[in-house]
Amino acid sequence: MNAIVISAVLGVVMMFSGVLTNSKTAVRTVAIIGLLGLIVANVLDMGGYHFFNVNVKGMLSFDVFGLLFNTIAFASTWIYFLLSGRDMERVGINLAEYFALIFFVLCGIAIVSSFNSLLMLFLGIEIISIPLYILTGSDKRNLKSNEAALKYFLMGSFSTGIMLMGITLLYGVKGSFDMDVIRAGTTSLTPMITAGLLLLLFAMSFKVSAAPFHFWTPDAYDGSPTVFTSFMATIVKVAGFIAFIRLFEGCFGDVKGQWQLLAAIITAATLFIGNITAVFQQSVKRMLSYSSIAQAGFMLFALVAMNDMAKEGMIFYAAAYSLATIGIFAILLKMKDYTFEGFNGLAKRQPVLAATNTIFLLSLAGIPATAGFWAKFYMLSAAINDGKVLWLVIVGVLCAAISVYYYFRVIQAMYFKDGEPQDIETSKGFRGLLIGIAAVVVLLGIFPHWLLDQLSNFLYL
Amino acid sequence: MIPVLLIVIPLVSGLLGFLIKEEKSVKVWSLFTSILTMVVAILGIAFLHKPEYLQTDVAWLPSLGSRFSLTMDGMSKLMCLLTGIAYPGIFIATWNATYRNANKFYALMLLMQTGLMGVFVASDALLFYFFWELALIPAYFLCSIWGGERRIAVTFKFFIYTFVGSLLMLVGIIWIYFHTADRSFAMSAFYNVNLPGNVQGWLFWLFFLAFAIKIPLWPFHTWQPDTYEQSPTAVTMVLSGIMVKMGVFGILRWLAPVLPVGLWGWGDPAASMCVIGMIYASFVAMQQDDLKRLIAYSSIAHMGLMGLAIFVTSSIGIQGVMVQMFNHGINIIGLWIVVELIERQFGTRKMSELGGLAQKAPSLAIMLVVVALANVALPLTNAFIGEFMMFNGVFGSKASNYHYIFMVAGGISIILSAIYTLNMIQKVLYGNTSTLTANARDIRVNEKFVLVVLLIGIVVMGVYPKPMIEATKHAVDAIYSKMFIKLP
Repeated sequence: MNAIVISAVLGVVMMFSGVLTNSKTAVRTVAIIGLLGLIVANVLDMGGYHFFNVNVKGMLSFDVFGLLFNTIAFASTWIYFLLSGRDMERVGINLAEYFALIFFVLCGIAIVSSFNSLLMLFLGIEIISIPLYILTGSDKRNLKSNEAALKYFLMGSFSTGIMLMGITLLYGVKGSFDMDVIRAGTTSLTPMITAGLLLLLFAMSFKVSAAPFHFWTPDAYDGSPTVFTSFMATIVKVAGFIAFIRLFEGCFGDVKGQWQLLAAIITAATLFIGNITAVFQQSVKRMLSYSSIAQAGFMLFALVAMNDMAKEGMIFYAAAYSLATIGIFAILLKMKDYTFEGFNGLAKRQPVLAATNTIFLLSLAGIPATAGFWAKFYMLSAAINDGKVLWLVIVGVLCAAISVYYYFRVIQAMYFKDGEPQDIETSKGFRGLLIGIAAVVVLLGIFPHWLLDQLSNFLYL
Repeated sequence: MIPVLLIVIPLVSGLLGFLIKEEKSVKVWSLFTSILTMVVAILGIAFLHKPEYLQTDVAWLPSLGSRFSLTMDGMSKLMCLLTGIAYPGIFIATWNATYRNANKFYALMLLMQTGLMGVFVASDALLFYFFWELALIPAYFLCSIWGGERRIAVTFKFFIYTFVGSLLMLVGIIWIYFHTADRSFAMSAFYNVNLPGNVQGWLFWLFFLAFAIKIPLWPFHTWQPDTYEQSPTAVTMVLSGIMVKMGVFGILRWLAPVLPVGLWGWGDPAASMCVIGMIYASFVAMQQDDLKRLIAYSSIAHMGLMGLAIFVTSSIGIQGVMVQMFNHGINIIGLWIVVELIERQFGTRKMSELGGLAQKAPSLAIMLVVVALANVALPLTNAFIGEFMMFNGVFGSKASNYHYIFMVAGGISIILSAIYTLNMIQKVLYGNTSTLTANARDIRVNEKFVLVVLLIGIVVMGVYPKPMIEATKHAVDAIYSKMFIKLP
């Protein structure tokens, strides 16, 4: 509860901070400190210090899994603020509002990580989505940004409609929005429940951009200001997964055998389409959009397998993927040319940027000794442990090999090709922070149990 | 203790190497630390026999049942010795080569050594996979930055090929992990897992592909000639002398004892691939004009024989493979050194542009002849004993129905290898001098030193291979008993 209330309050505070001061530094500082406070409050919540004792009538349930995810999402956002906060200033004049919108998104994330009622799911998803529509279109004078926002909005509201229909059908059968009620007694799929399940599956697939519902993703990600793409493609996306898994485990966990194959097919399609299409991109930003679809495919493994290992792995994946992608986007933001050629010869001019970018890309590709390896390892293990979807595992590893192709194109451009010198200005603090994140990625890659044992301790207390 | 040092010394010295800016000092530094590693390796192999020196076991990932556990058995010792000796040799032999950003080159070389050593001493499947991949990353950068003209595309192919294989192996490793008694990645747990025959059958292919791509066996060899040709020679030496042995080593350590039924069931198809590769590579080698490509194809043929000897399941064959892994490493590094010397002096590797070197550069000629003859396994050279044992194993195999055919085909490939090797010697050393070789000079002292040491090694090991066979005897028995005990 701490996180939901405080993030909403912080959103309002940020809105007014824009009225009270004109100093961009001040606004940014307030946002960074406020977010830090949010993280602390959430961690205290995990430790049993609940600031607000609101009776939610069982519509929300704050288990450690969700709270832990909140911590990771907030911490990633904090790093994102530190790395890219300055770049938000360049989007437009309403800096305070951007921060406010992001805090509202975080509020939505805190809801979808703890909902216990389908109404709350709907509310959380909407609270996440609406600020994002605005952020996507925040580059007002840019036609692409407008197009992206409109597309995102239309597709998003469409999928929300589908989701509502699904919820309604389930309500019609069970007479309740409560997930425990829906789960109880659902041992076989009646036509109504099947219809509800399918509609929810499709709607959530829309939200996490799983194939074949991914078509909005590249356009929305490519069109929106890069600094917000970074946020959308990482923290928001993994939040969608947490909601997805929570929903399907909570409502349909007992009939997993009956929808697992469908989920596996969606996963395979997502992996395949995301990876193959990413290969053909010429712009790194667009490549990262497709890479986010490809990575979504791997995160869907958690939905397909849905065992303890999968849930642990999902959290780890969220951390590994967000850290690496935020880092890459922060570097991309400094580039003037978003094509692969734009990265040519970066290693000579900006050795720190090139080296850290390499570590992030290796992590996304899942090379050992980076956090990304364990993320993939856990997802593969979860699916192998499940035992029924071994074909999906093979598809997964082959797609992981394909992903090496487009991630390494950036590395090749940076290290092996000579390019026109570009003036890139980076501050010492920025470079230091990048090194810090890269160090975390590598340390998590060698000692993943620093994070994983925390997870197991929390999950199996 | 020893295995940890073997990993830590190159790792630390490699990381420090990045910081040394001056070319000369980084050369001295890497030579010094690689000699240190060699001394440690020799100490561990020859003098310190207590198990506590040769084993390390610390907790790594308790929740997964994976431990940072390293063990040196006979096979590991031999491969560590090869890695330990090869590195200083390579550094001395290529002392005069200059590299852009030399500090990064040498640092990456040392980091690659870390990965190689790790692969050879890891006794935990996950740790093995870790090092297996870690050896690849520096190789990728080394070849892509310092290689020849087509380096980027060629190295990329190499990387993706091996990465696909590794990932399939990872799936296999995880699958077995879930079927071990107490969910552990430990080697002993893997050795004691009992899987039904059909499961072993498809697991076999997951592992086999990873190792076959690395070795490389036909038809997965296409990355190899290009990569050898395009890489800087020092890297090629490591790749062909040590890294491809990782594949053979992997089969012996992680495939044969873990999935004996799978290997027994699919041994003949796998062995057939080895044999086809041997003959095919020999024929292709005969057509080559470029020395590097010739050696690359000859390496495919020789590695194929090692695969064959394993897949027909015979004790003496496996013994031969272990001995040959070491000897082939020595011989092929020797060959690369000679090629490097020729290329640096004349600026070409084409046999058609060379000739008459025997008169102009007698020392070089002697070296080339001895190393090349060792490569075709002439008696009294080190490779003879290994190849003899492997053929003996193939001939006497009880597991394969087609071992006579394999034997004959393998024999043909050896004859072919004599043809192309002698042809190479003839074209390079004899005949008329060309415009390039008219003013040839003989080799330098440091180069001579490395080659003489190599030659002594080749002859001594060829005449007196007993220590090597005894050192690996125990490992052979352990593997062979695992392979045969579970046969249905």
